Amino acid sequence: MTTAQSYLEHSSPPGRRGWKAWLLTHDHKRLGLMYLWAILFWFVLAVLLGLLMRTELMGAGRTIMGAETYSSMFTLHGVIMIFFFGIPAIPAIFGNFFLPIQLGADDVFFPRLNLLSWYLFMFGGGFAIFSLFFGDGFPDTGWTFYVPFSISSAGNVSLTVTAAFILGMSSMLTGLNFVTTFHRLRHKGMGLMKIPLFTWSLYATAWVQILATPVIAITFVLVVLERLLAIGLFEPDRGGDPLLYQHLFWMYSHPAVYIIILPAMGVISEIIPVFSRKAIFGYKGIVYSSLAIAIAGSLVWAHHMYTSGMSDVSVFVFSLLTFLVAVPSAVKVFSWVSTMYRGSIAMSPPFFLSLCFIYLFTVGGLTGLVLGAAGTDIHVHDTHFVVAHFHFVMLGGTGFAFFAALHYWWPKMFGVLYRNRPAYVGAVAAAVGFVFHFVPMLILGMQGMPRRYYDYLPQYETGNFLAGFGAYLLVFGLLLMLLNLVLSLRGRRTAPANPWGGTTLEWTVPSPPPVENFTATPEIKDFPYDFSEIVANSKK
Amino acid sequence: MMASTSDTTGIRIGMWIFLYSEIILFGGLFVLYAVYLYEYSELFAQGGKELNRIIGSLNTVVLLASSCTVAASITAIQRGKKGQAMACLAVSIFCGLVFVVNKYFEWGAKIHHDIYPNSATLQDGEPGLNIFFGLYYVITGLHGLHVIIGMVLLTTSLVLVHRGRITASRYAVLENSGLYWHLVDLIWIFVFPLFYLVL
Repeated sequence: MTTAQSYLEHSSPPGRRGWKAWLLTHDHKRLGLMYLWAILFWFVLAVLLGLLMRTELMGAGRTIMGAETYSSMFTLHGVIMIFFFGIPAIPAIFGNFFLPIQLGADDVFFPRLNLLSWYLFMFGGGFAIFSLFFGDGFPDTGWTFYVPFSISSAGNVSLTVTAAFILGMSSMLTGLNFVTTFHRLRHKGMGLMKIPLFTWSLYATAWVQILATPVIAITFVLVVLERLLAIGLFEPDRGGDPLLYQHLFWMYSHPAVYIIILPAMGVISEIIPVFSRKAIFGYKGIVYSSLAIAIAGSLVWAHHMYTSGMSDVSVFVFSLLTFLVAVPSAVKVFSWVSTMYRGSIAMSPPFFLSLCFIYLFTVGGLTGLVLGAAGTDIHVHDTHFVVAHFHFVMLGGTGFAFFAALHYWWPKMFGVLYRNRPAYVGAVAAAVGFVFHFVPMLILGMQGMPRRYYDYLPQYETGNFLAGFGAYLLVFGLLLMLLNLVLSLRGRRTAPANPWGGTTLEWTVPSPPPVENFTATPEIKDFPYDFSEIVANSKK
Repeated sequence: MMASTSDTTGIRIGMWIFLYSEIILFGGLFVLYAVYLYEYSELFAQGGKELNRIIGSLNTVVLLASSCTVAASITAIQRGKKGQAMACLAVSIFCGLVFVVNKYFEWGAKIHHDIYPNSATLQDGEPGLNIFFGLYYVITGLHGLHVIIGMVLLTTSLVLVHRGRITASRYAVLENSGLYWHLVDLIWIFVFPLFYLVL
């Protein structure tokens, strides 16, 4: 196998050269890379916006920006992180790249539709940038676009909402593609219980994307229509009910956090067994818990609305359902920990980041129970506690899993190895910074500091200062890891086909993979996490 | 749809999933309808009486007929009868056009009577009526948009049949355009009674 056959050298369809080989490609791997660069751009941008916000909050009163700028900052940070990073990151980059390979297929089922999804993503991004510089100023509603403020706000809400609508279509079409690929292009010898867990998690996610995204689409259409035509469907003085907006919004946006976290759990389920040199504990349990999270997670949306004026019965039912979601999530955490038990641990950057994930995600999950219980939620609702909980799950969870995935699959995607030391330093800095950043926010929330305020009472100053300090350390760690990865592209150290000792199909093909993924018919194992061969080879 | 593969089952799965997402899209609006109908049942009844049942029924008949001809065009192409298939498609597109023109006159008459979003009549009148007509415009408007998209798809299929790109052995594009058209029809089958009949 020479690298000359790799997808980086040869285009699909064949014969395309220059920019056409990329911008008109049908190759799921090239599309994965194109998503990678676009999404990293948005991620770094939103990280820097977040850093500016925390800098503002480091001291009481006005520090570096005014209240209105601050409102726009947290809106943009939220919109970008949710719609441009969280939802697409793992499915669009790693899902596109590895789902077909893990299934033993040569591409996704609808390659041209896949290209269209990428264009929709870029188009939505262009729209979002456009909305910043044209119209009546930055949107300032928060990423939730709650009515009636989102209808009366002078900011350029319509364009931002439209951008999110377009991104939703992109995400839904990717989900559609994955489901069809999963059913129709899976290798004939691969039964349902032989599928790698990352692909299983993407499958569960894809269904949530398909089920839930149209609801946010129609909700955003209604917001735009209200702004343009003033129909009054959500305005009380015209007979509308703002609570209905919240229902529709969360009917998508709560499942959306499972769209964000499920693929991350899939990544961790891949990494933990490889570096424990031991079959994953409870394979079926993890598969079924992914599906259970997808189903149960779609039925808990109104736990965002305990204080919005729902009936007590609704509050009780949604609180109960919310607690049920904790069960399959805990099944996964216990499975990962049990996999490591008596394993032969080989420390590596992706494994270290996965350990951070388990720790931070567990804190996020447990604080979620505080919010899921109606009684305690009343106390901490709309405080910094919510912000901290959310970031423990989304950044501590999905963010760290995203970096774990980057470090795990980078050698396969680009055929180069990165340096371990900067990766470890970055990961430690990010994890320590993370704790410094968000633990004070949990406490501030308990003490009653509201979210989305640009100023606060003097007693909150120490906590906010510490959080700001943590933010700088966190951002330093994240950027160091990214820089280290990008610098590895100079290609000093080429990666072998299987640098980690992985057992899933992507590790049987060269790094980087050839255009059609497999040069010979892939051999499907009875169990995707059978390490007996890897362990036997390492003893020689 | 957009697959280079000859696996028609897979292509159909993709299309059905897409249609499913369209149903959820309208589902959000039907949720609003259900809640507001519960809240303002009397005013909804009052609003419903102002809609023209004759135009509504006519449009229902037109759409049902067009669904039938679309199905016929698929059978025709399967049997290799190109001319028949094109004729059936042309009739379907014409029916779609009749529907849109009817809708134009229906909306036009309402707007002429000062009933449209943010009009003085609705703003100063009962809130329930404002909601009823707000939903009426949003739902029939979104449905009308889907009719137009469906007509574009059918026209594309017609051109492809004419050029010999859709044949007895390869007709996935026509079949999927037909499925989309049936969806447009199906949604109308729910919209029609909700606004014109049950109230």
